Amino acid sequence: MDLVIGDHKIGSRLVMGTGGAANLEILERALVASGTTLTTVAMRRIDAAAGTGVLDLLRKLGIAVLPNTAGCRTAAEAVLTARLAREALGTELVKLEVVADERTLLPDPIELLDAAEQLVDDGFTVLPYTNDDPVLARKLEHAGCAAVMPLGSPIGTGLGIRNPHNIEMIVEAAGVPVVLDAGIGTASEAAQAMELGCDAVLLATAVTRAADPERMARAMRLAVEAGYAARHAGRIPRRYWAHASSPDREQ
Amino acid sequence: MHVTINGERRELASGATVDDAVTAIGAPRSGVAVAVDGEVVPRADWVRLRLSEDAEIEVLTAVQGG
Repeated sequence: MDLVIGDHKIGSRLVMGTGGAANLEILERALVASGTTLTTVAMRRIDAAAGTGVLDLLRKLGIAVLPNTAGCRTAAEAVLTARLAREALGTELVKLEVVADERTLLPDPIELLDAAEQLVDDGFTVLPYTNDDPVLARKLEHAGCAAVMPLGSPIGTGLGIRNPHNIEMIVEAAGVPVVLDAGIGTASEAAQAMELGCDAVLLATAVTRAADPERMARAMRLAVEAGYAARHAGRIPRRYWAHASSPDREQ
Repeated sequence: MHVTINGERRELASGATVDDAVTAIGAPRSGVAVAVDGEVVPRADWVRLRLSEDAEIEVLTAVQGG
């Protein structure tokens, strides 16, 4: 079944971010290997020399853009950045990030919810990057967000999913897609996110800063597929004692 | 007339528009957005909207980011 966020059908359950790649050539190979159909970009002052290189690449590859509000600390900054992104890129999709400080890059829940409410009212399809907090996730959904994107661990740490039970609780309660966003370090963690019931995984650093980004992108693609298949295949229950899978010798 | 474009002080002819400011920094016309004094200016208004003295103009585009 396809992943649908708001009115958008997303062809891949791996959403790749473009941040951290050493250059556009490496990024291109990684994006292609990841199989992603949606990728994040940040909004910054234009540098006339660099121009709009990343946009040209995404257009060439036919990958849709998901602008983020990275670097914003207040709801007001995030709302302005989202509006600029909509104007520049012609999309009402926004990955809403409002972080509290540079050291943790953890979401500021109060500013985040405020920005989400304003952007939903303004017609945006809001995908908030949120803490792994089931209560905040529920409030964001009630505010009209089209998905919720809890972190596995802080951005860029590669620490994986620190609180799998919270992710499960978010999945259990959510009526909108859940996208595990941030903290993934390697393929098994992307698979775990899907096994916990997430609808998609969003990652950037794990691929773009890997020694071989193209190879890691392929690993992540396979991991997301595997985790999704396993989730829906219905795993066996965990047992305390062994349970033979071969017939008894007496029989 | 003096304005600030992306943090740099610049001199533009009096009566300059948002479009003139975009041209002044050599920015392309597509894939960019402009805010003047903290408000987004829709592309359709670039040629019409005249800047005032000391206007703060931000011209943004998409860059690599997670």
